[in-house]
Amino acid sequence: MSIIQKSATEQLALLQSGEITSAELTQAYLERINAVDTSVGAFLRVESETALAQAVKIDRKRKAGESLGKLAGLPVAIKDILCTINTPTTCGSRMLENFAPPYNATVVENLLAADAVILGRTNMDEFAMGSSTENSAYHPTYNPWDTSRIPGGSSGGAAACVSADMAPLSVGTDTGGSIRQPAALCGCVGLKPTYGRVSRYGLIAFASSLDQIGPLAKTVEDAALLMEVLAGYDPLDSTSVNIPVPAYSESVGKPLENLTLGVVEHHFGEGIDPEIESAVKQAIAIYESLGASIKNIELPHADYGIATYYIIAPCEASSNLARYDGAHYGYRADQAEVLAELAEDGSDEGPLVRMYRKTRSQGFGAEVQRRIMLGTYALSEGYYDAFYLKAQKVRRLIRKDYDQAFEQVDMIIGPVTANPAFAKGEKASDPMAMYLEDLYTVTANLAGVAGISLPCGFTENGLPIGLQLQAAPFQEEKLLRAAQMFQNATDFHTRRPEIS
Amino acid sequence: MSDAAYDIVIGLEVHVQLKTNTKLFCRCSTEFGNPPNTQTCPVCLGMPGSLPVMNSKAYFLGMKTALALNCRIPNYTKWDRKNYFYPDLPKGYQTSQFDLPMSEEGYLDIKSTKDEFEPRRVRIIRAHLEEDAGKSMHDEAAGRADSRIDLNRTGTPLLEIVSYPDMRSAVEAKAYMQELRLLLTYLDVSDCNMQEGSLRCDANVNLHIPTDDGMIATPIVEIKNMNSFRSVERGITYEAKRQYDVWKETGKVLGELPKQTRGWDDSAQVTRSQREKEESADYRYFPCPDLVPVVVTDEQIEEVRKEIVELPAMLRERLESDFGLTTYTADVIVNQGRGLVDYFLKLAAVSEDNKLAGNWVQGEVLRTLNELEITVDEFNMSPEQLAGLLKLIQSGDLDSSKAKSVFAVMLESGKSAADVVDEMGIEKVDQGELEDLCRQLIERNQRVVDDVKSGNEKAVGALIGQAKKENPNVNPGQVRQICLDIINDM
Amino acid sequence: MSLTRQDVEKVALLARLKFDEEQLDKMTDHMVQIVQYVHKLSELNTDDVEPMAHALDVHNALAEDVPRPSLSREEALKNAPKSDGEYFRVPAVLGE
Repeated sequence: MSIIQKSATEQLALLQSGEITSAELTQAYLERINAVDTSVGAFLRVESETALAQAVKIDRKRKAGESLGKLAGLPVAIKDILCTINTPTTCGSRMLENFAPPYNATVVENLLAADAVILGRTNMDEFAMGSSTENSAYHPTYNPWDTSRIPGGSSGGAAACVSADMAPLSVGTDTGGSIRQPAALCGCVGLKPTYGRVSRYGLIAFASSLDQIGPLAKTVEDAALLMEVLAGYDPLDSTSVNIPVPAYSESVGKPLENLTLGVVEHHFGEGIDPEIESAVKQAIAIYESLGASIKNIELPHADYGIATYYIIAPCEASSNLARYDGAHYGYRADQAEVLAELAEDGSDEGPLVRMYRKTRSQGFGAEVQRRIMLGTYALSEGYYDAFYLKAQKVRRLIRKDYDQAFEQVDMIIGPVTANPAFAKGEKASDPMAMYLEDLYTVTANLAGVAGISLPCGFTENGLPIGLQLQAAPFQEEKLLRAAQMFQNATDFHTRRPEIS
Repeated sequence: MSDAAYDIVIGLEVHVQLKTNTKLFCRCSTEFGNPPNTQTCPVCLGMPGSLPVMNSKAYFLGMKTALALNCRIPNYTKWDRKNYFYPDLPKGYQTSQFDLPMSEEGYLDIKSTKDEFEPRRVRIIRAHLEEDAGKSMHDEAAGRADSRIDLNRTGTPLLEIVSYPDMRSAVEAKAYMQELRLLLTYLDVSDCNMQEGSLRCDANVNLHIPTDDGMIATPIVEIKNMNSFRSVERGITYEAKRQYDVWKETGKVLGELPKQTRGWDDSAQVTRSQREKEESADYRYFPCPDLVPVVVTDEQIEEVRKEIVELPAMLRERLESDFGLTTYTADVIVNQGRGLVDYFLKLAAVSEDNKLAGNWVQGEVLRTLNELEITVDEFNMSPEQLAGLLKLIQSGDLDSSKAKSVFAVMLESGKSAADVVDEMGIEKVDQGELEDLCRQLIERNQRVVDDVKSGNEKAVGALIGQAKKENPNVNPGQVRQICLDIINDM
Repeated sequence: MSLTRQDVEKVALLARLKFDEEQLDKMTDHMVQIVQYVHKLSELNTDDVEPMAHALDVHNALAEDVPRPSLSREEALKNAPKSDGEYFRVPAVLGE
């Protein structure tokens, strides 16, 4: 087994024992990226030079016996949505093609403080809006298991690079399933933490009340290791919660006793792929064999999750993305073009409004524009109560469903997606079909609870299948331990794709 | 209210910049007058990924002001986004408070010492916190050159105080602004500098016109850009007349036209229609997901209430009732701010003559401050020094005109009243000597005696003039009294 | 719930977006479809339900009023599409 195929936890041990250096490890990944990323397209930018320089620096620190951070020497890939000082941060959009923030996101600071090596920026759906990474303004990302298929999204690059051994760890974001769904479709582990667990400072907002940053990795213990570094209170984020971060990586190996898992019968209704249904049901059986008790529960309002989500998220997005207007940073439409148009059509629209409209229509892709339109409409006079307020109320009902469920069970077990990875272009012209991809994942974001996706099988065509566990707020430690129990009993996580 | 053919109905929206060191949602300095775009950070630039964190001091100052305006403070308040595009608003929305403001339902009493209007209680709908926008500078040749944007001011905390339409004249509106400014100054919550924009006022104005078919109301107009008390008064006066003329011409009443915004042009002394926007305003308010609600307990509210100093209205009351000052004098002193009030209180205590102290503070002291364009803090004559002068007046050693001369020398030299009196050669005239002089004068002026006896006390003035010729140091008041006493005893 | 092409045009102006005829048709189609879908929320009676704006029950996240260094002007203007070294520059706000 080559070094890049090992888990991050194993690599860390080798780094610590001095059997490998960070520079060697980083170099190995850079070579791998060089070899396969032309087929996968996981990265928007690979930062070879800074990565190697950082690796050398950490090796030197280690040699000098200096104290090192928790990820010392481990390469990490970052979704291109996290601001990094004086480094392009595009959010997968033309709008931010030349944008280099003057500051670091808190999680980037955390990674640097943990002595991680930042490998590069991973591809994503523009402004995290999408479930296939086809909405990137730069290039699509392909599923390493079948490059004619999509990797999921919006953190498609983050999942694909882990799955294709181009990075041992990667950081993604999840607003409606954007970590868990690509993790499931690419066969890796992805954790969406409780809202407020990880600082959003420096995360380019899509829907502020739903966005969370989380880890993607090959194994549960690797996800635990990265989570430990990402999580924590941040006074710069008013929605960050000040409670201590457990040592996830230390406790992850301890199995849970008397675990009660809730199964929502509804999850297995119409529309779920039979292979996924059977893989998830088998996973439930494995938990039973590990001593867990299974209980049928109801999430009565879960069916309204997508409708609720597709009001709240676009509303927040329409406001969050108003700042991209060409005035202070980012793309601006050509001024001469704007003025020429002004001279031509003689309508009463002034130069500034024209600049705004042209800039935004040229700078944003179709899906982003669609969601801005939806959100603007749903918040506008006369519609607020019927849409936004109504959705906020249903959101409360969904949260209450979860609260009641977690009075009966420790976790909810079920599928991540209804179908395995679909073909590129298959849903591109049907936004509603694409939105339904998030069926099983959005409710966790609406309720603010934690969720994890882990490999639980493969289709006959060799496409990965994900298992979702969801837990009450701030129960990430238990979630990771329960996931680890499953991983210990199975070998799905050890399989790697052959990249064609 | 004049005898005009209508009532003016005025409500004011006042924006107050709160005196914090840092902005409402980031820790950039709020200092005024620095070079453009040197007081910004990712948060107030609206950079992607940046997040707001609320300034606790701004909330405290807002609460203190609201309480001083007799507002109710709810235990729960939240933040909303007001969405609109403008280049001085880099996020594309202003963080403000919509349906659950931090305070509601207060009032401010106004009255006129010059009887320009009846005392009035102006009710306050709400006072809420929001962030200020930046500044845009437009080229004179509109449309041709770029606009320039300075974001130093972006995010400065504002308290927006919205009154009911309770004012009925431009003078009342001006008085409300002045009283509000005074209150804010006493509370020390704002610099209240209208020129620098730390106190800004928009007025909603319309007319109620009695007609044969009953009372009609003209469409409401919002007037902006009134950057001084005088422009508040003039702008509203102008607008009222304009609305009356328009109504006479068009007959349009409230509801028949949308609310219009007009800007006050101070150089032309007119209000001008501000270009209609491309679409009617639809701010799409919704709760800001990046900011959490603020919760305060009743105990915390009471703690803040305790920090409120004695306010102008209460002080005026006290200076009249406890110190015997006239309404006018109390008003003049209180309106100058807490510094002059403290000066007066000290002077009254040391001189033990409230009225004399009041007159001197309102008179010579204030005149001097105005002449030198200084504040009372910069005034170099201590109340103790001035009290020394007042003592000499009380004892009759100095008349008021001499006292003024002494005061002027004291100001320049910094010396005590007694020293100045010595240097100026003002000698105290012995009481017996003075009486002798008066008798001599009376003997020489039988005519004055007759005039006084026949009821014309003023005639005694001739004797005062003669006495001063004989001895420049005599106190005219004393001469007058002694002469009258002697004549009356005759 | 009906949503017309004219409505979509109005919303586009509010959102400062602009579509050509073809895009406008497509956008209208998609929005109608999505609005119809989300309309299923009206099946639920939510009369006594408290709206939920935040996923967590946190309040009073406050900061002390202590200044921190601002960005230099150079840094502030670095990403500006147009500036003169002192100010951001935008097409005339006023004017036709």
